[in-house]
Amino acid sequence: MIAALLSQVAQNDQLPPLRVPQVEYKAMVPELVLMGAALLLLLIASLNRRRPPVGSYATFTAVAGVVAGVASWQQWRDVADHGAYRAVANAIVVDGFSAFFLLLISVTVVLGALVSDSYLRREELDGPEFYVLLMLTAAGGMFMGAANDLIVVFLGLEILSIALYVLTAFHRRRLESQEAAMKYFLLGAFSSALFLYGIALVYGATGSTNLVEIGAYLAQNVIVSNGLLLAGMGLLLVGLGFKVGAVPFHMWTPDVYQGAPTPVTGFMAAASKAAGFAALLRVFFTTFGLMRLDWQPVIWAVAVLTLVVGSTLALVQSDIKRMLAYSSISHAGYVLIGLQAGTSRGVAGSLYYLLAYTFMVLGSFAIVTLVGRRGDALHDLDNYRGLASRRPGLALAFTVFLMAQAGIPFTTGFLAKFYVITAAVQAHSYAIALIGMLAAVVAAFFYLRVIVVMYTPTGDADDDAEVAALPRLRLPFGTGVVLAVTTAFTIAFGIVPQPMIDFATEASRRLLF
Amino acid sequence: MIAAAAAEAHNAGFPLLSAMVLLPIVVAAVIALIPRNRTDIIKVVGLLGSVATGILTIVALVDFDTHAAGFQFVTQHVWIKEFGVSWKLGLDGISLFLVVLTGVLFPIALAGPKVKRDVKSYIAWMLVLEGACLGSFLALDLLVFFLFFELTLVPMYFIIAGWGYENRVYASLKFFLYTLFGSAFMLVGLVALVFLSTKGGNPLTFDLVTLADRQALAADTARWIFLAFAIGFAVKVPLFPVHTWLPDAHTEAPTAGSVILAGVLLKLGTYGLVRFGLYLFPKASVDLAPLLLTLAVIGITYGALVATVQRDLKRLVAYSSVAHLGFIVLGTFAFTSQGLSGGILQMVNHGLSTGALFLLVGMIYERRHTRQIAELNGLQKTMPVLAAVFMVVMLSSVGLPGLNGFVGEFLILLGTFVTHRWWAVVASTGVILAAVYLLWAYQRVFHGEPSEENRNLPDMTWRERGVMLPLVGLIVFLGVYPKPVLDRINPAVEHLIQHVQDHSDYRQPGVSAKHEVVDE
Repeated sequence: MIAALLSQVAQNDQLPPLRVPQVEYKAMVPELVLMGAALLLLLIASLNRRRPPVGSYATFTAVAGVVAGVASWQQWRDVADHGAYRAVANAIVVDGFSAFFLLLISVTVVLGALVSDSYLRREELDGPEFYVLLMLTAAGGMFMGAANDLIVVFLGLEILSIALYVLTAFHRRRLESQEAAMKYFLLGAFSSALFLYGIALVYGATGSTNLVEIGAYLAQNVIVSNGLLLAGMGLLLVGLGFKVGAVPFHMWTPDVYQGAPTPVTGFMAAASKAAGFAALLRVFFTTFGLMRLDWQPVIWAVAVLTLVVGSTLALVQSDIKRMLAYSSISHAGYVLIGLQAGTSRGVAGSLYYLLAYTFMVLGSFAIVTLVGRRGDALHDLDNYRGLASRRPGLALAFTVFLMAQAGIPFTTGFLAKFYVITAAVQAHSYAIALIGMLAAVVAAFFYLRVIVVMYTPTGDADDDAEVAALPRLRLPFGTGVVLAVTTAFTIAFGIVPQPMIDFATEASRRLLF
Repeated sequence: MIAAAAAEAHNAGFPLLSAMVLLPIVVAAVIALIPRNRTDIIKVVGLLGSVATGILTIVALVDFDTHAAGFQFVTQHVWIKEFGVSWKLGLDGISLFLVVLTGVLFPIALAGPKVKRDVKSYIAWMLVLEGACLGSFLALDLLVFFLFFELTLVPMYFIIAGWGYENRVYASLKFFLYTLFGSAFMLVGLVALVFLSTKGGNPLTFDLVTLADRQALAADTARWIFLAFAIGFAVKVPLFPVHTWLPDAHTEAPTAGSVILAGVLLKLGTYGLVRFGLYLFPKASVDLAPLLLTLAVIGITYGALVATVQRDLKRLVAYSSVAHLGFIVLGTFAFTSQGLSGGILQMVNHGLSTGALFLLVGMIYERRHTRQIAELNGLQKTMPVLAAVFMVVMLSSVGLPGLNGFVGEFLILLGTFVTHRWWAVVASTGVILAAVYLLWAYQRVFHGEPSEENRNLPDMTWRERGVMLPLVGLIVFLGVYPKPVLDRINPAVEHLIQHVQDHSDYRQPGVSAKHEVVDE
């Protein structure tokens, strides 16, 4: 073995020189903006010894997010005008689908930074590091959305995950935060390893890691014994299913969502889930599109499990973050319904669902961040008792998000469910459509439970005194902006749905292949 | 005057129906902007908003072409291109009086019972509810209907949970979840219907009329989808096995909530069965009629029997609704012109009389702070006016000839007897039982010598009399002279029965005018 290696080293000069592919930086502007901004922020912060004005890190991050968003929008226009293309030796793809996710993740960066600002100051954790990690996470997620090669998917996944592990542990004085990070890291490392092994098996079966080439290989060849390929696909599903919190790979979700600093939870629920689904949808719908009959039953089972487990376990939670964690699991189930349909409408439904979900979940966690107060500890359902009489505006906004998550008409939440259900029915998957709707009924129960609690005054005199002793909840500017944007989005596009439905549909149509 | 002016505006292309749906919702939004402590302004704006909406419904009634069977005042705008969903509203003889009923009951419900806390949210929710109810009755697009049908849950939920009695949290949650459960089936059925109707290259559409004309489903599939719709509507009606949310919701809701719940919301279920059940699935509804008729008859007798043994006056009225709604379903699935016309008329009648009953029970509760029949007695002596009004309304609910309840029930039983004799026979026991529980309750509450607690109660105030006057007036008017109403209902009903005959092998047995007289 060693001898063989040595002999290779000896022959090293005879090997052909390593070919460096041409790098089209233009195809990766949004990702590079965020990465560059992250490095720049780190550099400035370490060179500049004086404390910058309050909120400048967050502003910097939000601006970087906006720039990345504009660049993504530019890509979207570009694809609409000139069609999709591949770049960097076919490892990166620029199509409507990728531009959709780049935009979505840019939005989460902006909104995430705005919520984090006041939180970090409240918890005395303010510093550039948090924002650097936030932008790196987002850049990783963007690479997952734009990847055209399993290796790039893996790179994106790792950039995203590692930054997210640190963000989870970011609240140094909260033991739960440390514990959550440790759990997330250990389980995440396993899932990454499985994902990597899945790549290896798929490579073994098809001879490529490139998504297009795998697809082309499968189109041109009939694999007689496809055990290797199926095992590889299964492992890829495990890795990505872990990231999106699909049952049975969801075990980490409640603990990590509960333990992580609340703005990180919101960001994780939005960006990380979107990135995971970006990869999952692209890999399964397009690359393994011809293997549809093999993966559809598996996705069906995973989706049903996710819906059922997510909505039933949420029923018994008394911690709002845990409850929202289980609810986010059940939301993943709906996105999977769209994938399970295996049609263009299904993918469009999944995209629309993710779009609606991102705003609902960011808004929800923004409110949880506020109510958690200093110490980020008041997350019991009882802490919401009588919120409507203390902060009617906040209670109303939370009601909007919860109602939207329950799928009440004239919100984006309803249309999202409607879209995926439509796709399932069109593909004649009536059973899963019905299961999805019934899971929504179960889910409505725990969303309503929170609303009931908010609108019932505290009965207990001790509780009243306790609540009265707390200072009045202050609504920081950044969080206010986030709440205004997210509620406006949720209601306005619930009433005038055409623009966002067009957006999601176009994104699904402009998948490269 | 105002009505005439508005009628002119309508002729000039005024989107009357859209205005009807949006006006209350816009007023609710305006109220949301008024400061919380200006309850005087809020009350006036809220009442004016619902009265204006009521006037719009009256305008529609005046402008309505009596002898036309099709949809009138139709407006259509594309809403979601992707799914072929459009904002399409229209009015025909079946929905006309339900719309007017909504327009009349809401101002009464707002003006009647007083609300003590958080007047602003209460009135805003009531107006949203009004808009949602009108939207459901007017929608001619399946998805728009479903959206409004579901939307009614939210304000009603908040009204019960926020302003109800002791057990309100439980009752409101039960109401919400039961209905949502039914809707889950309906939505899947609805989407399945729409997609299965695209067979043969037909474009995707949620348009009710187009889908009803297409009739593209195989008989077996249509039966399944009809069942999915029926589950959704049965919960709302409510029909026998899924009725258990109703007594709780009605009893715990504040008075105005009960009035609207019984008067308008329950009609969404029966209206849905007519508009979406019979119209979209003529053959399947003929095939499955025995099932629904049986459930209706069970509801009639069971509701009446359970009402008899209630100790709570409001709960008694609630269970009487189960029985009365059973009659409406019975008439609907009898598949005769008389039965269906009677059913639709009875929807209006039930809205008037049960709405009035809930208002009266609310008035008693406000004075006496109890609804237990055992604790009430001799109220006729202390409150003669209230007792008299209660008597009229109660007799209308019993179905006394000369009051509105009789006309509807008679037509229903007549229409059912022709096609489903034994169901009609069993159902007619419901009429007798209604007399039993209502008269007995009246006797216990109003007759006799008042006890100490019941002696010094004030009679109806002028405001309360003003609120009851239109209801009692309509109850008497419809009982004596239902012709103008039936004239407008009948063309649409004939049209619907014809549609059922066109698309199934069912034929309505001929009933000549002579026979009617003989039967009577």
